[in-house]
Amino acid sequence: MSTGNMNLTLKIWRQKNGKEAGNLVSYQVKDISPDMSFLEMIDVLNEQLINKGDESIAFDHDCREGICGMCSMFINGRAHGPKEGITTCQLHMRSFKDGDTIVVEPWRAASFPVIKDLTVDRSAFDRIIAKGGYISVNTGNAQDANNIPIPKTEADAAFNAAACIGCGACVATCKNSSAMLFVAAKISQFALLPQGQVERETRALNMVNQMDEEGFGNCTNTGACEVECPKGISLENIARMNREFYLANIK
Amino acid sequence: MANFLQSSIGKKVLMSITGLFLISFLVVHCFLNSFIFFNDGGVMFNEGAEFMAHNPIIRTMEIVLFIGIILHIVQALILTLQNQKARPIKYAVQNGAANSKWYSRSMGLLGTLILMFLIIHLKHFWYVSRLTDEITSGEETLFGEMIEVFENPMIVLLYVLAMFSLGYHLLHGFQSAFQSLGLNHKKYSPLIAAIGFWFSIIVPFIFAMMPISIYFGLIK
Ligand code: HEM
Ligand code: SF4
Ligand code: FES
Repeated sequence: MSTGNMNLTLKIWRQKNGKEAGNLVSYQVKDISPDMSFLEMIDVLNEQLINKGDESIAFDHDCREGICGMCSMFINGRAHGPKEGITTCQLHMRSFKDGDTIVVEPWRAASFPVIKDLTVDRSAFDRIIAKGGYISVNTGNAQDANNIPIPKTEADAAFNAAACIGCGACVATCKNSSAMLFVAAKISQFALLPQGQVERETRALNMVNQMDEEGFGNCTNTGACEVECPKGISLENIARMNREFYLANIK
Repeated sequence: MANFLQSSIGKKVLMSITGLFLISFLVVHCFLNSFIFFNDGGVMFNEGAEFMAHNPIIRTMEIVLFIGIILHIVQALILTLQNQKARPIKYAVQNGAANSKWYSRSMGLLGTLILMFLIIHLKHFWYVSRLTDEITSGEETLFGEMIEVFENPMIVLLYVLAMFSLGYHLLHGFQSAFQSLGLNHKKYSPLIAAIGFWFSIIVPFIFAMMPISIYFGLIK
């Protein structure tokens, strides 16, 4: 065993499908390099399982560089593990110590049903987006950008909101499984820009209504989502969404 | 409007408005009760209480206050039940302390403690002053009633603990109410947070000092 490598005990949620009950199962992994990412460590474990003829652990992942938002894992009680501002694929094993026990669970929310093991169905987010997370674009040539000046602060706020990758860590972390941070980011990125004005009110109404229909919980402003969001989406967006929503209701 | 109040945000807005209304009540209640600190045998305090008991505006506000509390509690119940339904299977491990304050996660519990206190508190003073003729008949003053109630150390302890619950409820609730209303601003939110922080400490502290000073005979 090379220096600094570690042996770990993993307790991972195993669940055959959405219908059967699941449970935490213990596994041992040996000689894990601190330079591995968390997902690579799971890859090592899966190889071990496959070699033994066992079924590998299902988990979502795609880009492995923090931009797709797929790698949903609730690690030792926190979305995407112990560090802030990153996804699971950006979490390295140097954040753990030799001999640690690591508990890995899927996102838990009625609106994110488990598909298998650590994978959950986040299509509720897609249905919310389909209700207004877009802008109508006219055909023809784009007009000169200088015709629509946008204050730098607004442009920055819209850009920061648009950084949301739809990972669902906000829902997973929230004690109420509220999707407010996600929906607020998606409403904000358009509400702040001229292009978003045409559908501004219907967007706020329809996206919030769909969010409620999907059965996400209600925000109690604990601020946990903001801390755990890998993209640093701020609570200011939720305040903006609340304003957008009640102003749209008054109109 | 009905649609709005059924939405998650509408319920939060109602929660926030009723919460702020209860806060404004606390200000008035705390101010008037502080008259006992004149330590004049309750003369000023009784005059204040007399005024409150006969002023028609105050009596109307009393009804609004009851409606406010009931709305606040009903919304709290609906929201809490919905929130629990939104996560039927709990995490085996959840490290809430890593990302939020315990009192922000315990608003329902703190509110329930406040409610239990409120029932006892109303029994002690509101019931006696409004629903019996003990005070109107001149047999007893509200101040005298207060001195009598706070002779019991267990009741004093109960009032002090209730003020801790109120303090923590407000520590989260005060600034949360503004966030729910969509008032989040780089410049003003830190100010609101600071006012909320001191309000949550000072008001429950003044309230707690009332039974304490009466129990120890500092106010007679
Ligand atoms: C004098 C008494 C009270 C005051 C001044 C008060 C004040 C507040 C305020 C300002 C909020 C924040 C609203 C928001 O986040 O938008 C709040 C939230 C809350 N209150 Fe109260 N409250 C009182 C009594 C109660 C009682 C008796 C209960 C329950 C039985 C209760 C339960 C709750 C709950 C569960 C919340 C959190 C709701 C949420 O954030 O969504 N409160 N309260
Ligand atoms: S707001 Fe943050 S935590 Fe929520 S889905 Fe978007 S990126 Fe993920
Ligand atoms: S795998 Fe794409 S963000 Fe982690």
